[in-house]
Amino acid sequence: MSQNLNESSSRRNGRIAKHIEVMPKSGIREFFDLVTTVKDIVSLGVGEPDFVTPWTIREHAIYSLERGKTSYTSNMGLLPLRRAICDYVATDYKVEYNPVKECLVTVGVSEALDLAVRALVDPGDEVIYTAPCYVSYPAEVTMAHGIPVPLETRVENNFALDPAELEAKITPRTKLLMLNFPCNPTGATLNLEQLKAIARIAVKHDLIVITDEIYSELTYVDRAPSIASLPGMRDRTVFLHGFSKAFAMTGFRIGYACGPADIIGAMMKIHQYSMLCASIISQEAAIDALTHGRPDMLRMRESYLERRNVMVEGLNRIGLDCVVPNGAFYAFPSIRRSGLSSHEFAVELVRDQKVAVVPGTAFGDCGEGFVRCCYATSLPEIMLALERMEKFLEK
Amino acid sequence: MKKKILDILKRNARMEVAEIAGLLNADPEAVAAAIHELEADNVICGYHAVVNDELADDGMVRALIEVKVSPQRDGGFDRAAMRIARFPEVINVYLVSGNYDLQLEVYGRSLQDIANFVAAKLSTIDGVLSCSTLFMLKKYKESGRLMTNEPELERIVVSP
Repeated sequence: MSQNLNESSSRRNGRIAKHIEVMPKSGIREFFDLVTTVKDIVSLGVGEPDFVTPWTIREHAIYSLERGKTSYTSNMGLLPLRRAICDYVATDYKVEYNPVKECLVTVGVSEALDLAVRALVDPGDEVIYTAPCYVSYPAEVTMAHGIPVPLETRVENNFALDPAELEAKITPRTKLLMLNFPCNPTGATLNLEQLKAIARIAVKHDLIVITDEIYSELTYVDRAPSIASLPGMRDRTVFLHGFSKAFAMTGFRIGYACGPADIIGAMMKIHQYSMLCASIISQEAAIDALTHGRPDMLRMRESYLERRNVMVEGLNRIGLDCVVPNGAFYAFPSIRRSGLSSHEFAVELVRDQKVAVVPGTAFGDCGEGFVRCCYATSLPEIMLALERMEKFLEK
Repeated sequence: MKKKILDILKRNARMEVAEIAGLLNADPEAVAAAIHELEADNVICGYHAVVNDELADDGMVRALIEVKVSPQRDGGFDRAAMRIARFPEVINVYLVSGNYDLQLEVYGRSLQDIANFVAAKLSTIDGVLSCSTLFMLKKYKESGRLMTNEPELERIVVSP
């Protein structure tokens, strides 16, 4: 009997693939489990818009169901959607792609990121990504048997990427650079000069760049064009974007990748075997977002900007130093003055004042000393959260 | 800044000056001055609540009235429109394109009340050719607000 138990547990010990076994769970998950046990919480912990998808888009999704649009689509995605995407990217990001060969519709930008990394990374390849960053970046590289190389961004530099530090991280094994600006969790953006400097380094060291611009519409200063549009970059850049943030369509799960045909073709191979295609209802909705959704998108951006002003002023007023984030819908204040670690701060704040923020360490070790506060929540909730945080700090 | 202030006040007329200043990252005194100017220039003509009449249950009757008017020399529709608009039971008056000229919204204590107003006052005004009265049965949306009580959507409290 005991022999059987030992046998089954030893089989269990070995049955998860090693590179998955060693991959840490998302730090957010653990914190989520704690938060869900507390009632009447004021949450600044979300990572999505607080708007419902604009009615024009929802209504179009209903209409597409009524017309019986319930089938598979082309693996690449509906051609009218790809055309609309390529027009949008050409107008708004100043880089042109062929909708037939250079654009792939994916299940959220998360899938696009996964495909791009898997299509490009060989075992042992080094991938540089800025940190703190969205939780998926290093994990995606690990899953592709690559080596994630974090490049720390610092508060002194408004969490922008420092080109000199980037160059110092490059080795002969470096294949990829992953950018996410405006950045989750810091809200940082890059200006044209910074992008040009990064582009020069990418060309010099023959790097491929994955640029995840999911928050780009939510930029509150003049937005620089995509790095893909800079000289020498189009052929070495995979441009990732989607509908979740700007059009408040997180649940529709539609993202896309634009890039040179060979890379898109390789991504498409993985996509066709693993995902087949994105949901046709969501793809139809996405077409409407691009054709009719812009006024709603601009209205939502205005509303985030207003709330950012309140959030950042409030955080600085109560003693949590916060640089002004120029994009996304996150503030990333320092909590060092509290004397607590990020994790302790977040846990104590939930217990003591029922306010949820995300510890900076969920976005990488260098997020220590910071917490992420999402301002995509109602103004009264933001005010209430600030009030409670002030009480917490007074203690 | 005035345009932004108007946008905010149209969404929520009760918002305090300090809050508006916070949203716009502006000086509260400058915001107060701008609002004062907007009021003085009659750009902001008033502030009122959007009421769900069904729930308020005030017993009032509402009607839309389509009015055909013969335009007058030296004044067009304005004179007739202003004569109509001055009646307190008339809440809204618009000059519109289409099969009739003026569209009114009228409040009364009863159907009879509104019928009396149409017969005794409105129809007898110089230039009014005909009226067609449409009594309102139910209000679904007013001033950008839905009159339904939809339950709040649940959101995950923490997500990446």
